[in-house]
Amino acid sequence: MVGRPQNAFALQDYRGRERAMAQTQVEPRKRLLRLNLNGRWREDAVAENQLLVDYLREVAGLTGSKIGCDGGECGACTVLADSQPVPSCITLAVRCEGRSIETIEGLAVQGRLQRLQRAFHERLGTQCGFCTPGMIMAAEALLRRNSRPSEEDIRTALSGNICRCTGYVKIIESVQAATEPPP
Amino acid sequence: MTAAVSERLSSGRRGVPLIDGIDKVTGRARYTADLDHADALVGRIFRSPVSHGEIIRLDVSKARALEGVFAVITGDDCPHTYGVLPVAMNEYPLARERVRYRGEPIAALAAVDAETAQRALDLIECELRELPAYYSSADARAAGATLLHDNKPGNIEREVHHLFGDVAAGFAQADLVQEHRIICAEVNHAQIEPHAALAEYDPAQGRLTMQSVTQVGYYLQLMLARCLDLDLSRIRIIKPFVGGGFGARVEVLNFEIITALLARAAAGKVMMQLTREENFLTHRARPQTDVTLKLGMRRNGQITACACEVVQRGGAYAGYGIVTILYAGALLQGIYDIPAIKFDGYRIYANLPPCGAMRGHGSVDVRHAFECVLDRMAREFGLDPFAVRRVNLLRAPTRTMNDLVVNSYGLSECLDQVEQASRWRERIGKLPRGKGLGMACSHYVSGAAKPIHWTGEPHAVVNLKVDFDGGITAFTGAADIGQGSSTMIAIVVSETLGVLLDRVRVVAGDSAITPKDNGAYSSRITFMVGNAAIDAAKGLKAILIEAAARKLEAKPEDIECIGEQFQVGRGGQVILPFAEVAKAALVDVGSITVKGTFTCPPEAQGGRHKGGAVGSTMGFSYAAQVVEVTVDEATGAINVDRVWTALDCGHAINPLAVEGQIQGSVWMGMGQALSEETRYLNGLPAHANLLDYRVPTIMESPPIEVYIVESHDPNGPFGAKEASEGALAGFPPALVNAVANAIGIDFDELPLTPDRVMQAFVERRRRARAAVPQRKAS
Repeated sequence: MVGRPQNAFALQDYRGRERAMAQTQVEPRKRLLRLNLNGRWREDAVAENQLLVDYLREVAGLTGSKIGCDGGECGACTVLADSQPVPSCITLAVRCEGRSIETIEGLAVQGRLQRLQRAFHERLGTQCGFCTPGMIMAAEALLRRNSRPSEEDIRTALSGNICRCTGYVKIIESVQAATEPPP
Repeated sequence: MTAAVSERLSSGRRGVPLIDGIDKVTGRARYTADLDHADALVGRIFRSPVSHGEIIRLDVSKARALEGVFAVITGDDCPHTYGVLPVAMNEYPLARERVRYRGEPIAALAAVDAETAQRALDLIECELRELPAYYSSADARAAGATLLHDNKPGNIEREVHHLFGDVAAGFAQADLVQEHRIICAEVNHAQIEPHAALAEYDPAQGRLTMQSVTQVGYYLQLMLARCLDLDLSRIRIIKPFVGGGFGARVEVLNFEIITALLARAAAGKVMMQLTREENFLTHRARPQTDVTLKLGMRRNGQITACACEVVQRGGAYAGYGIVTILYAGALLQGIYDIPAIKFDGYRIYANLPPCGAMRGHGSVDVRHAFECVLDRMAREFGLDPFAVRRVNLLRAPTRTMNDLVVNSYGLSECLDQVEQASRWRERIGKLPRGKGLGMACSHYVSGAAKPIHWTGEPHAVVNLKVDFDGGITAFTGAADIGQGSSTMIAIVVSETLGVLLDRVRVVAGDSAITPKDNGAYSSRITFMVGNAAIDAAKGLKAILIEAAARKLEAKPEDIECIGEQFQVGRGGQVILPFAEVAKAALVDVGSITVKGTFTCPPEAQGGRHKGGAVGSTMGFSYAAQVVEVTVDEATGAINVDRVWTALDCGHAINPLAVEGQIQGSVWMGMGQALSEETRYLNGLPAHANLLDYRVPTIMESPPIEVYIVESHDPNGPFGAKEASEGALAGFPPALVNAVANAIGIDFDELPLTPDRVMQAFVERRRRARAAVPQRKAS
């Protein structure tokens, strides 16, 4: 058998995005993107097909948002767009024009841990830490719309975020701890 | 030996958060993919489109000619095999002449950006002549099957036959003998951080710097030196933050060597980031395992003999296979008192991604079968699952038939804890239809007592530095991959020295700075590196006390050190703070570095029989757990309502982290029991993403109550043993036993997906219909 020149074994669209871009052989058009990132307005020229997560990590230098899968499976890249949680790995950067984007780097105020960050740290809601930024941002979105969530509310809000270390027990405890009024 | 049950965390010692936790919750922690790589080339791998074939023609000239491509490499660029076991290195980083699994790397390239790299990949021409491929152990072993490796007849990588005690006599003494065949699906680590490596080669100096997701930087350094023909001293390995491992990153992985080869070929810096699909192709996880287990039992539950055959479908290359199959047999022992054990193990080659080490290495599927069969046989005698296990407990200290030492043993207390916590006695047999309780026990090593590379060095080395600033820095090669090992080192150093925790800083995982360490595998770090850290801290403390004695003009033995204060006797007139004592210690000698070591004595390093070193350890952790389930008879879905787990970790150095590790390992066992399973369609992974490979989400994940049992191991650091792996193997059998309790069906296959459960209901109804004679029409 003659192996096809590309990686023909792919059942999934193996690096589909890159291949699609590569095969078009045309440079994607760039556009000026203006958005509010962690409280500051900024403008950047970005390719129309650039993903929000790549914009954050490579253009803005904010590597807190992680890539854990091949697109929309794990939630590690979750950021807030106008306080709504979105997977930044399946969101185009140019769709965020004029919007307010918040990442894990924007949560701490003057270096002080925000309530969820403190709870995840103190209660071991984080082990390896790779899912943590996405997990905290998803939890933050929940707490903004519901300051006293039930355990079921927490489970539902974090159902798109996979953690492989904790079994989620201490993640739930962390979110619960962050909802309690400070002593 | 009696074990103390520590207070629950809510009321007792809490432990401390991870010393690197703030970096993780703020997004500051830099994982490999987060490292500055703006000037790096992008690495990509061209993989085999067939499961088994000869490479007839490989033409990379067009790819090489493409503008923006800086290096293209093939099997010709590396004539050296690599592997984790010196006796079984049969794999090339890039295939030479032959490919043995779909997705095996054939060529690789480095280009200016991802698009160019992809375009270049598509220009590689590869002609292959397909060979017969085998995707099951049975097909690979069948007579006349084409051999994957010419020196391995029958496609058997390793056969193990161990016999301890008189098995025939044991079965003859039994009141009941049963044999069951239990099949466990292949699973994957699925750590959330995908594999990545950043390699930088400096041709002017002939030096290579490698940053990678490794659990064992030492192995990586060894293999890069071998495959690149570099002197070991020319290579520096740095471990950034690592997003989980679970065994995936113990072995050196092909992409790591490929990245280094590319960096050298391109004379620069190459960043390689694998997709999730490529992570599944890289694999090295728990093999599909068939266990045929035969037990003999007396009426009182006492086990008289055990015969166990294990067949592991190991994938296309050796990897860790020999160790995995040896673990399967060795860890039949060390948990119960069984007078006769026969083990026959077969590690098979098949045309699938190679398997390797995964949390609970080698022991999980065998423990699963054992605990299921134990329950089924106890049922025949009307024995309670707890009772049958209590009859068979070991008495520590003891030495098993296969020469494993058991110095501390808290399994009895673990059983008591979960029995009480789950209110087992009041509730068992009285739950409503569809609900059930099940339990099981498990154990695991606290570090392999015999390292793979027996160099005569200590098992662990830790350096402690104190300098003019009064700060203490611990240097260790031990890889913190999220389990909290650096925090553990900080705690044992601060407690031994009597200083505040935040005076201690831990620098880990940089071969240019930190002492060599055998790495994060077999749950060795707490036991071995913890002991080395205590040794170093004791050495440093002696120096500090000497200095305090000089300054206070007293004898060292009269110096009291309370907290960070040194004085002569209790209530001494003059109190020296730590920083002052440190300065005094530096007079004449300057910056002080103290080395601590730990070595496992030869008597703990296992038996003389072939493979006898595998399974040997200084201390076993023990665990018992109860699982409560609800089975939905309409859908076949199993819900785990609650889990109670008790684990004997000797002593919890950091109870918070111990609890987290136990919950995580129990939950990982739940994934394997309920939903995780890799599947291949003619060698093509049908699950190579996190949607189809079903890691449990937060929706399916139950509350897991943890009880820490402390048996105070005589050799462990502060009496500690491992806490990260031992509880995993108990979950799948506890679940299967709970399901049997709920619906009266014993399952022989993992995972218990809804379709398997529905199929069992259908078969039961069919059998029931067949058993009831049709009423004749009157």
